[in-house]
Amino acid sequence: MVDFGGWEMPINYGSQIEEHHAVRKDKGMFDVSHMTVVDLQGDDSEAFLLKLLPNDVRKLSNGKALYSTMLNKNGGVIDDLIVYKRGENNYRIVVNAATREKDLAWMEKQVESYNAQLQEKPELAMIAVQGPNAIEACLKVLPENISQQLSELNKFCAIDAENYFIGRTGYTGEDGVEIMIAEDDARKLWDDLANAGVQPCGLGARDTLRLEAGMHLYGQDMDENISPLECGLTWTIRKTDNDFIGADALQAIKDKGISKKMTGVVLSEKGILRHDQELIDENGPCGIITSGSFSPSAEVAIGMAIVNKDIGEDVKVQIRKKQLVVKLVKLPFVRNGQSNI
Amino acid sequence: MSYVPDNLKYTESHEWIEILDNGNIRVGITEHAQSALGDIVFVELPEEESYAAGDDCGVVESVKTASDIYAPISGTIVAVNDALEDSPELINESPYDDGWIFEMEIEDEDDLEDLLSSDEYKNSIEEDQDEDEDE
Repeated sequence: MVDFGGWEMPINYGSQIEEHHAVRKDKGMFDVSHMTVVDLQGDDSEAFLLKLLPNDVRKLSNGKALYSTMLNKNGGVIDDLIVYKRGENNYRIVVNAATREKDLAWMEKQVESYNAQLQEKPELAMIAVQGPNAIEACLKVLPENISQQLSELNKFCAIDAENYFIGRTGYTGEDGVEIMIAEDDARKLWDDLANAGVQPCGLGARDTLRLEAGMHLYGQDMDENISPLECGLTWTIRKTDNDFIGADALQAIKDKGISKKMTGVVLSEKGILRHDQELIDENGPCGIITSGSFSPSAEVAIGMAIVNKDIGEDVKVQIRKKQLVVKLVKLPFVRNGQSNI
Repeated sequence: MSYVPDNLKYTESHEWIEILDNGNIRVGITEHAQSALGDIVFVELPEEESYAAGDDCGVVESVKTASDIYAPISGTIVAVNDALEDSPELINESPYDDGWIFEMEIEDEDDLEDLLSSDEYKNSIEEDQDEDEDE
């Protein structure tokens, strides 16, 4: 067990690699109750989110989810999050646990000038069930009326029933759902899913799965000192009506010329890539590994890296006293069970 | 409680030491250590050269973290377990046998006295666990 944002959580239940494969090939579940859920209601909710977030919540119809960053005035990333639209001016936002306090403080401060209210939902537990056979297992375990809705649920959409909030979303690169449910009901659901053959998985497998899927981890792959334009998150920035917090700073960065980019990295030799290792090309230091590990799917070391936009052809990574050859690749490494390496 | 064979010596940093018939020592990491690391996916084997007691001489990497291996006493490494290059998981599967890491010719036999007995090592990992539970 490790401390994670004040929550005591398992890195692995058994073999981390077996947990990883369970999600890629079959089905696994994660207790992600540490995630911070915040509901937003009030007449100005949409207007507030347009100010708070660079992505465009107007794209959302009822029951749809959107990934966004949340920026400070300098264009740095305060956090990344998912926002679900539940109805007109009625939203549910899920932010990271490790950033909970600063996120809530920032959102509360920004919402002051709007007719909208934020309400944290600490009573909700969350179970992510992920893998090609995850939904099939959920259909067996959930009440019939919920199962009926789940069988028709599209990707990146949510069921908003009385006791269940179920998004067809995740952080693994596989199909699956994230189920928000009252804490007491969550224990029974976890046991029922386990009895249906769903493998409990820890934080360790969650990290290798999201890394293979090329999904960012806040605090490693981005933070308040880098803009989304320089770490592979430009796609979360809307192009029109850009009056969101941080927009001016992003424009200034664009005008000056964007000098960095996010890339995938595969180690061509034996070893393991890790957070903070330096990359070197013909001209010297050219980037930093932001997330690195062993890929259980591809059985090589992989990483995400922020590098100079004009990075050279021959790139090496400094691991302890050695410089080892790496190959730059497009993200993701793995998606829906298929390795691109 | 993980398995701690009585016939071996130990270090606080979770190496085990077997004294071979020719007076050399064979070194690996304990069952407790491999279990804490989890699935081991890479071993950077030591160079066959001289080390002082406590020098880091190699690295064991699991999916979740990298952990240094230390020379338990001063001497010269004379053999490394090449099988670990392609099968690092041998350390998980057989920490005290097939998962050995290196052999060393030692400088001074008296140094062996500084190592922990199996009982002393058992106590040291129990204390670690107690501390973890207190947190």
